Amino acid sequence: MSEKSGAPEGKTPEPSAEKVDAAAAAKPGDTATSASLAAQSTSEAALEGGSQNIGPIGSPEPEVIEVRHGMFGGGPGSGDTSGFGGLVTTVALPGASERPYGGWFDEAVDILIELLDASGTGFAAAIESVVVDRGELTLHVAREHIVEVCQLLRDDQDLRFELSLGVSGVHYPHETGRELHAVYHLVSVTHSHRLRLEVAVPDGDPHVPSTTGVYPANDWHERETWDFFGIVFDGHPALARIEMPDDWPGHPQRKDYPLGGIPVEYKGATVPPADQRRSYS
Amino acid sequence: MGIEEAPSGFLLTTVENLVGYFRKGSLWPVTFGLACCAIEMMATGTSRYDISRFGMEVFRASPRQADLMIVAGRVSQKMAPVVRQVYDQMPEPKWVLSMGVCASSGGMFNNYAIVQGVDHVVPVDIYLPGCPPRPEMLINAILALHEQIQAEPLGVNRKEAARAAEAAALAATPTSHMKGLLA
Amino acid sequence: MSTHSTHQGPPTATGHIVDDEATGIPSFEASGGDWSDIAEEAARLGDERIVVNMGPQHPSTHGVLRLMLEIDGETVTEARAGIGYLHTGIEKNMEYRSWTQGVTFCTRMDYVANIFQEAGYCLAVEKLLGITDDIPERATVIRVMMMELNRIASHLVCLATGGNELGATTIMIVGFNAREQVLRVFELITGLRMNNAYIRPGGVVQDIPPGALDAVRDAITVMKKDFGQLEDLMLANPILQARLKDVGYLGLSACMALGITGPVLRSTGLPYDVRKAEPYCGYETYDFDIPTSTDADAWSRVVLRLEECYQSIRIIEQAVERLQAMGPGPVMVEDKKIAWPAQLAIGSDGMGNSLDHIREIMGTSMEALIHHFKLVTEGFRVPAGQAFVSVEHPRGELGVHLVSDGGTKPYRAHFRDPSFNNLQAVSMMCEGGQVADVVVAVASLDPVLGGVDR
Repeated sequence: MSEKSGAPEGKTPEPSAEKVDAAAAAKPGDTATSASLAAQSTSEAALEGGSQNIGPIGSPEPEVIEVRHGMFGGGPGSGDTSGFGGLVTTVALPGASERPYGGWFDEAVDILIELLDASGTGFAAAIESVVVDRGELTLHVAREHIVEVCQLLRDDQDLRFELSLGVSGVHYPHETGRELHAVYHLVSVTHSHRLRLEVAVPDGDPHVPSTTGVYPANDWHERETWDFFGIVFDGHPALARIEMPDDWPGHPQRKDYPLGGIPVEYKGATVPPADQRRSYS
Repeated sequence: MGIEEAPSGFLLTTVENLVGYFRKGSLWPVTFGLACCAIEMMATGTSRYDISRFGMEVFRASPRQADLMIVAGRVSQKMAPVVRQVYDQMPEPKWVLSMGVCASSGGMFNNYAIVQGVDHVVPVDIYLPGCPPRPEMLINAILALHEQIQAEPLGVNRKEAARAAEAAALAATPTSHMKGLLA
Repeated sequence: MSTHSTHQGPPTATGHIVDDEATGIPSFEASGGDWSDIAEEAARLGDERIVVNMGPQHPSTHGVLRLMLEIDGETVTEARAGIGYLHTGIEKNMEYRSWTQGVTFCTRMDYVANIFQEAGYCLAVEKLLGITDDIPERATVIRVMMMELNRIASHLVCLATGGNELGATTIMIVGFNAREQVLRVFELITGLRMNNAYIRPGGVVQDIPPGALDAVRDAITVMKKDFGQLEDLMLANPILQARLKDVGYLGLSACMALGITGPVLRSTGLPYDVRKAEPYCGYETYDFDIPTSTDADAWSRVVLRLEECYQSIRIIEQAVERLQAMGPGPVMVEDKKIAWPAQLAIGSDGMGNSLDHIREIMGTSMEALIHHFKLVTEGFRVPAGQAFVSVEHPRGELGVHLVSDGGTKPYRAHFRDPSFNNLQAVSMMCEGGQVADVVVAVASLDPVLGGVDR
């Protein structure tokens, strides 16, 4: 439906040619289907599931964060006969990119590799993956090393990301073990570059070291992220709620927190609040 | 002592007219602009739409000196006790005009953070929808409030009017039973 | 020290000096009570420190901002800002509405400069869709024109309310009068004075009506006169100069550390403007300057904002010329699966779908009907991924971070509002100054609490 517009350039025009049926792939001794081995690869499963961010087969694996079944709330067993109940949607975000990244990204990553290896932390330990998507560079950083990475990005003269545009959170409830993401956006005024850092922490242990020592601007942003998502920033001078009242229970912008609206009644009809309506996705 | 002991009947009506006229003549609002409606309220206060012709351009910062609280904008959960406190600090007679849909009913923000209508917190005399209401709409609401103030009964009449209003409310159909064309 | 023996009741002490000759030695007037209690209380009160709450309801705090000030005499020793009194949960609300409906929500964040939120959001959606190059030229120029008009309106609100907070109501009257010109143009073009959901993903919702360009030119002419008036009122005013000069100083290193952007950063001397650093909407093709100053105080920010208004007028004049030269054309992307199907017209009952459009979708084109239906009810789908776009908001750099899960609704929408970030500087600006300077400093930061609290 909307696959034609806005699809990334790498996507092949007719994905069905590359789709491999899971059953067919599992047939022993079938050497004709070269694109898969014993089971479908994540890309193929995601493609079959309707995900719209897949490159050609063989390109880096997208990061599947969720698989949804059904639409309008009618999954299998709900009595819904419209046919939408059998819909399987795989939600996959762009995965790690391969070199060359393009533009100034390669140089910056190389400098970072050099600095991290020199400091003893090691690039592979600190940076989990490098994603280049839609002209933006995203570094997935391991939480223990976020402060060091920020320090290096700020201080090195070729990187010089002096301006921090703050931290915010994203909650991916289905990405077990990496539910809460803290997203940092950095700007280099000197070199006119922009960068994103992403730290993923599990729900059970949502601690991230605070970067207020490197970027004091993140002070209120970290408080806001704690307020809305429950990510605890260790080392923050005063991590308290900032938007919600001080004694508010829960963290409102998490996906498991209800929108909290009231049903609207008018002359006998009731419209439920937005999070309880049937929805298209 | 005061208005409450005024006589009833014809004399009371004259007193009511006079008192209503004076009260509406210079209704001083308290600065209670919260969000977008506050900007339109400020625009109403400036020379193009000019509520100074109604004697209202002096927005009193202190609620002790104000008669009217125009709740202009969305009332968040954190702000609700402040609204109540400012309302309580205003001396009688006082009126409340809830400006904009957010103050009247929560507006487009049907969620955890917004009080769904400031009438959950303070008694409202005039509801003004709009997002944000134009300055002319605000002036219309203020004029409607002026009419209300002019017609406000005092003394014995006030007691009777309150009793009648209560009886009418008890006998009226609740909103949830108003099926309209759907029944 | 004298005692009044008739006083009974709790021991009291006042920290006021009774003896003129005993300068530097605090003397206390005690009235009754045990001496040791009085001495203890006097020692505690000796510093005359009081905590003052400039509460959320205040005429001079630029919105529902709570300032907790610890004051020693007239000097502020500690200033803390409490926010969240206007928190609306807009970002969470946007997760339950389609991508186009998100525009009506984000526009109400910073309600004084609403077109910028719309523009930032739509640019981010378009980046996710990959259609940034497909936006028609006419739509881009209209966006620029609307943004610059809104920049002028926003700066006028800042200057007007700043003057009002200092007690100069005439500045407010003149400022808002000038702003009325912009609002009239907005009403002509978008239908609303404020919170106009005009910029939508893919372009703008409808083309500018005939006569709009003349209206813009007339508005600019009147505004230039009003700016002259404002300059006379503000820049030549000795009281304003005395109150604003050397107040609210925030140097370059402090600004960079705190992530401050916008006129506050430019008043320190750094000409950082997203329109020049990371141009969007074709800003690199317009001819304008970035005014800077080096004084970094409230006065220089006032001068800077006035200068920026003049630069915005320059850009608007160029945009109007381009629109005139361009002639009529599409204002939405060609892709009918994204383009908002709004051919609006004024009917007998107000603004709604034009009858021609209805005739077309009901009678002629089945595809148009399907597109209209699907776009309005379901909305278009945006491929999964995340995008971050910055625009130069009148208050600084507005960053929009959108995460899409491939569906019809944003998975996460986060707005890095400049006022939220800039308000962190309140402590640095106010501590050590006088109470009256707090108002001036906050006014020069120009926070809009709708954007701060979202």
